Amino acid sequence: MKPPPFDYHRPASVAEAAQMLADLGDDAKVLAGGQSLVPMLSLRLAYLDHLVDISRLVELKGVERSGDVVRIGAGTTEATVERDQLVAEAVPLMARATPFIGHAQIRNRGTVGGSIAHADPAAEYPAVVLALDAEAEATSPRGTRTIAAEDLFTGLWSTALDDDEILVGLRFPVWTGRCGFAIEEFARRHGDFAIAGAVVAVEIGEDDLVKRCGIGLIGLGSTPLRATAAEDQIIGRPVGEVTGDELGRLATEPLDNVPADLNGSAVYRTHVGAAMVARAWDKASSEARNGTNTGANR
Amino acid sequence: MSDERVQLTINGRTWDTVVESRLTLADFLRERCGLTGTHLGCEHGVCGACTVMVDGDAVRSCLMFAVQADGTEVTTVEGIAEPDGALSPVQSALRECHGLQCGFCTPGFVVSITALLRDNPDPSDDEIREGLSGNLCRCTGYQGILKAVRMAAGDGEGDHAAEGVEPTTAVSS
Repeated sequence: MKPPPFDYHRPASVAEAAQMLADLGDDAKVLAGGQSLVPMLSLRLAYLDHLVDISRLVELKGVERSGDVVRIGAGTTEATVERDQLVAEAVPLMARATPFIGHAQIRNRGTVGGSIAHADPAAEYPAVVLALDAEAEATSPRGTRTIAAEDLFTGLWSTALDDDEILVGLRFPVWTGRCGFAIEEFARRHGDFAIAGAVVAVEIGEDDLVKRCGIGLIGLGSTPLRATAAEDQIIGRPVGEVTGDELGRLATEPLDNVPADLNGSAVYRTHVGAAMVARAWDKASSEARNGTNTGANR
Repeated sequence: MSDERVQLTINGRTWDTVVESRLTLADFLRERCGLTGTHLGCEHGVCGACTVMVDGDAVRSCLMFAVQADGTEVTTVEGIAEPDGALSPVQSALRECHGLQCGFCTPGFVVSITALLRDNPDPSDDEIREGLSGNLCRCTGYQGILKAVRMAAGDGEGDHAAEGVEPTTAVSS
């Protein structure tokens, strides 16, 4: 398996990379960690005339907090996120989702921005970004703009990023107060793409009512999905009254485009998805009630 | 299409050459450098046989282009043993514990285990399993490999080492 020929470019800055993408048009693609793009090229699922390698751009790497926002540079590797104390404390769902991505050798090169820009419906980070209401920063020769998570994923492996835009960072709001976070996945083998999975973020008030909730669904549609209808139906209700089974049902009932393959029919995946939502809810809600998520409260 | 110049260090030796941009690091190591210890199984990042270290990080050499390794320091399985050929503790432990049979996956395991133990010298069983979950073995089975990691980590649990027993003879399976 050999990738089709392409021209390789290694710009020295984001600005240069963006200009390159603008000049080369839609025959060019950004190469970040390459852990999804290179296999796609090797399997000849993708043919590109130009690859613009941004994996060495230091300006794209790093984690920083300002106020109630944690910004993770798009070029930050998953391995870095996994070890980062600030992420663990302020965006625990990102930290907890990371070990589910591939394997250690993949996470050593795979990047946060690459995962989001690749927008695989079965990937972990897109679900987290949706559930936490994060924002993407995209730079092109025309400037930098912010894209809300809900506007980011437009189709299978497609995002709202324009051809000449580079995802440069992700901004995560720090959820404070009585919060809980969990990710649950079911896969045949650890590290495989999940048959179905879910992330849940929840905040409850002092009155034990659900104040805020984000549910991201993994592998249950043609795009990364957020179960907004289910969230709406539990907000304002006493947290102890919402069962995992109910939330699983609410989150999966509206699904109408669940993929089917050798690993499972759409019905089976939907069933597994509901179970994953239920498990994630049980964990996240109990963490919020017990106040065990001390990190986000700082 | 485009040819690119790369300069890199592989197992301590410097290489300065020109590669086609689509050449993977794995193919570069095997075909251009003659370092055929790095094996290619799936060629799309699943099997782990091609694992090498790039600037100390264990990575899939099939998911990286040689041109991307420009300026880096690469360690392949050929660079793990001592300069005099003496096996590294990880390699010895694999031999001792029947951690290999056909040997195809072994180079990837050797590199992954070496990186794992460097970062976590005393891993729990769960950490070992997690650390090696990205390497597939199709014949030996994983128990001997796990034993070898424990032995290389120095806790003496490799079952033969402590007793001074000869390595198990491989039986076909």
